[in-house]
Amino acid sequence: MIKPHRNHPLWLAFLLHRLSGVCLALYLPVHFLVLGLAIDETARLGGVLRWSETLPVEMAVMGLVFLLAVHLFGGLRLLVLEFLDWHDRQKSVAAAAVALSFAAAAAFFLQVI
Amino acid sequence: MSQAKEADLHVWRGDGNGGGLVRYAVPLRDSQTVLDAVTWIQRRLEPGLSFRFACRVGMCGTCAMTVNGKPRWTCRTRLKDVVENGRVVIAPLENLPVIKDLACDFSSFFGKWGKAGGRFAATATRLDAVAAIRPDSRRRRLADAGIECINCGVCYSACDVVRWNPAYLGPAALNRSWTLVNDERDGGREKRLRAVAGAGGCHNCHSHQGCATLCPNELNPTLSIAGLKRATALAVLKGEM
Ligand code: SF4
Ligand code: SF4
Ligand code: FES
Repeated sequence: MIKPHRNHPLWLAFLLHRLSGVCLALYLPVHFLVLGLAIDETARLGGVLRWSETLPVEMAVMGLVFLLAVHLFGGLRLLVLEFLDWHDRQKSVAAAAVALSFAAAAAFFLQVI
Repeated sequence: MSQAKEADLHVWRGDGNGGGLVRYAVPLRDSQTVLDAVTWIQRRLEPGLSFRFACRVGMCGTCAMTVNGKPRWTCRTRLKDVVENGRVVIAPLENLPVIKDLACDFSSFFGKWGKAGGRFAATATRLDAVAAIRPDSRRRRLADAGIECINCGVCYSACDVVRWNPAYLGPAALNRSWTLVNDERDGGREKRLRAVAGAGGCHNCHSHQGCATLCPNELNPTLSIAGLKRATALAVLKGEM
């Protein structure tokens, strides 16, 4: 359960940023491993690529695109907050960052299937 | 005044070594604050109950407690507004050592005001003319925005970075520092920026704005800390520190 003092949208935006960062950090080694296959194990790479075209994996990749987008837009939101003049629409900006990330993930998914 | 109903106040009793919630039934009254209810318990049921207050009108900043998990001024919180299913949980502020019951030790909180350069560094004496500062100047307006802090500790208690890193100076001390950075009469800028740029300083803040959301004075320490982040970054780029 979310503790009462954390129960506001901007804390949730912080949580999303942190979790997406951790998930991306966990995913990165796998990403490089697969890229590495392109150098000396092209046959296995072909297998991985075919597997990556199956629907469940496509959906997982959509999740990854969402994580990447939400981390990117969330990071931009923080840079704007901390380095430009203050504005009072912080919650709207956080909501827009999440909406944009959903849009990016959906666009990616529609394009691949 | 109707005295028909009662509320169950679950009040944290104990000291630095630990404690737990104790239930007290308190009659509900019109316009009664949480502080009134706690005072009622002390006067009628439990003379040994310890807590702090002074002004009872939201000016002194001493009566802050954790009410249903959120830090608040108890003198400005109506009991009826926080009763949930006939019950309210009242505990001491978080992130501060408990002395006894609802009274916390604020030494670390105020110590950090000093560490964050919270002391005004005068550049003139009382024999000099009063400094002329335009009320509409940018720095005066920035200082004005943060100056009404009454040191209540609500933001400090709500800040998760203080919880995770006890060395973090915290929203109130950094907010104070920002008001002085914008004080044209102050001569301690460089030292102060160094103090807030170091370990436990403004760059530790995650900008999650719990402080700004819960400050009863509607101040915005996140804004002040963002100002310090910019000021320290600029000072480094300009080679000033
Ligand atoms: S900034 Fe607000 S919440 Fe924090 S100590 Fe000052 S008055 Fe209290
Ligand atoms: S915005 Fe910064 S100072 Fe305020 S609660 Fe979050 S971490 Fe603490
Ligand atoms: S008693 Fe002074 S602020 Fe509540």
